[in-house]
Amino acid sequence: MIAPAAAAADPVVQIQYDSLARQHATARLGMWVFLGSESLLFAGLLALYAAYRFLFSAEFHAASAHANLVIGTVNTYLLLTSSLTMALAIHATRQGRRRRTVLFLLATIALGLGFDVLKTVEYAGHLSEGLAPGGYYAYEGLAAHGVVLYVTLYYLLTGLHALHVTGGLCVLAWLAVRARRGDFTPGAHIALELGGLYWHLVDLVWIFLWPLLYLIR
Amino acid sequence: MPPDYLRAEAGIRSWLTTTDHKRIAIMFLVATTLALLLGGTFAMLLRTKLLTPGPGFIEPLTYNRLFTLHGVVMVFMFMIPAIPAVFGNFFLPMMLGAKDLAFPRVNLASFYVYLTGVALTLWGLVHGGADTGWTFYAPYATVSPTDVAPIAIGVFVLGVSSIMTGLNFIATTHMLRQRGLGWHGMPIFVWSIYATSVIQVIATPVLGLAVILVALDHALHMGMFDPALGGDPVLFEHLFWFYSHPAVYIMILPAMGVIGEIVPTFAKKTQFSYRALAYSSLGIAFVGFLTWGHHLFVAGISQLDAAIFGVMSMFVAIFSAIKVVTWIGTLYRGSITFGTPMLYFFAFVYLFAFGGMTGIAVATTSLDVHWHDTYFVIAHFHFIMIGGTLTAFLGAIHYWYPKMFGRMYPERWGLVSATLVFVGFNLTFVPQFLLGNAGMPRRYYSYPVRFHVLNVMSTLGAYLLGVALVLTLVYLVVSLRWGAPATPNPWGSRGFEWRSPSPPPVHNFVVPFDPARGHYAYDEPPPDVVHPEPP
Repeated sequence: MIAPAAAAADPVVQIQYDSLARQHATARLGMWVFLGSESLLFAGLLALYAAYRFLFSAEFHAASAHANLVIGTVNTYLLLTSSLTMALAIHATRQGRRRRTVLFLLATIALGLGFDVLKTVEYAGHLSEGLAPGGYYAYEGLAAHGVVLYVTLYYLLTGLHALHVTGGLCVLAWLAVRARRGDFTPGAHIALELGGLYWHLVDLVWIFLWPLLYLIR
Repeated sequence: MPPDYLRAEAGIRSWLTTTDHKRIAIMFLVATTLALLLGGTFAMLLRTKLLTPGPGFIEPLTYNRLFTLHGVVMVFMFMIPAIPAVFGNFFLPMMLGAKDLAFPRVNLASFYVYLTGVALTLWGLVHGGADTGWTFYAPYATVSPTDVAPIAIGVFVLGVSSIMTGLNFIATTHMLRQRGLGWHGMPIFVWSIYATSVIQVIATPVLGLAVILVALDHALHMGMFDPALGGDPVLFEHLFWFYSHPAVYIMILPAMGVIGEIVPTFAKKTQFSYRALAYSSLGIAFVGFLTWGHHLFVAGISQLDAAIFGVMSMFVAIFSAIKVVTWIGTLYRGSITFGTPMLYFFAFVYLFAFGGMTGIAVATTSLDVHWHDTYFVIAHFHFIMIGGTLTAFLGAIHYWYPKMFGRMYPERWGLVSATLVFVGFNLTFVPQFLLGNAGMPRRYYSYPVRFHVLNVMSTLGAYLLGVALVLTLVYLVVSLRWGAPATPNPWGSRGFEWRSPSPPPVHNFVVPFDPARGHYAYDEPPPDVVHPEPP
């Protein structure tokens, strides 16, 4: 299983680089800059969260009690585990074990899908209660302004994050196809590494969202 | 000789699918020039309406849509991409001795993302446009009867393109410098573009978020900034200006980089205080992030906040003043020649200094209360945006025209149109300072009769500026075919990019240049362009 995989891909050094190592280092730098930019996208929303939390702290407390702590916590486990399987997939590639790489990538995808499914269930539960964002808010238990803002921010933050999860899943699926094809060798698997970096960012964002939206009461 | 980049491949398909940074730069040049024409047309319509104090040939709502689109098109489709995506794209790799940017496919993708943003915005335009002003201030933008969402989403997409460009430049500057070329050997233009890229990557996502929230508010009534639902509209202003004030430096820093190239070439003298010039760009990029609150002086922020933001804004002036002194210092005892690019430099220095000083004036809280939202502010930022960025853009296109296209532009026509741009510009915007000081508010459809004369002057100036720009466009396009062939280094520059043939071959240099002969080494004779031996 291992032997034909190594020969399949012959990584090409692009014209502007003098070595493959340089090309990969540049790709990594580019990815880190991109991740920095991405985190500022979330930082904008978190700044809004901070401002509104400061203005309406009592309402935020009351509203966050309605978050679904069980699903939130299970989802945290799923995402953290998926980061582990992602790291294991890269480790397997470094050892030249193609089949194992594919399996770990599939496990990562399954965990990510599980996250999305649970998130959908959670949204459906909130919506059926009337905990909808902005002008659609119809929950009768709590009706203060700060609560509506909390709920809207909840949807914006988790929605933006879920979009990133879903985008990441597409990337992972593409990586799994490439891994199966044998594109990645122990010495050259930059796309896999970059995909992994992105997936860890998605995970990291959730590590902020979980306490801010579920745990702080 | 290897074939040059223009003739290496033929056919429209070879252009649309190219990953050559020089060809992508040319495509951006065409696209941003069209955006300038579109935004300029809106400006002409606005100024034509303002010829008369009362109702004019367009409806008030149309007027509001026009000034919104004028702002959106000029800021997001022209000013922000113009110098980085055109001249940065073309010359940053050349100045580093790289064969291409770090991520050529990302570069091509950024062009198509840009086009997608343009398409969305223009679709919003034919769909009825928006009347919120280019700032999309909440809460009005969330309840406006016009179609805000497509235009806001278009702005978001244009921002994505801008991030892609910035990311590429950062990676290229770090990783693709030619062997022997250290950070302090890099041309000033590269420093400026690098500083710009840092701003693009850090600030743009926040703007993207802010406009998307407004679009969601408008389309789905999310209420993030709607006071009726508990939201705080001032928060939108914070998010918006957290990007849009640094965006001003996205527009002006590359312009300063262009000036930093033109001045030593036309003064035949080494850059005066290279490091001050290089690091002041980074200084502006850094301080630029801490000044956004000066847009909110009358929006209800505390006096302490206002004072801090006011003082921080003045720091920008210090860095800018360092630059102006450096340029003038470079001129001192240089052997100056007056080509068209140099004329644009003089226009730039005068207008930029004027615009910068009025900037300090409006950063002073007590004065800003009087001038806020008047034509004084309009005149101030047009002095920076047009007087600064547009003149530098025009200077750049004349300066690098021989290199980019292998042809010379007609010098006489260049001098005439540069003079017309300068006169037309002053005639347009000096009256606006006076109008604003006398109390004429911005974005109003009509005005009292006592403002009539100054408004007519301003409109005539705008027409003159328009004629000068069209004239420039005409002779530049004509010269593409009928201009005299350009030598590799018509200005006698020592710059790295001039050591390649005009136009450059596909991978920029026939043989790599020697960075030990510096980019500003005017105490040495001009380096010969290295051609391969004839077979």
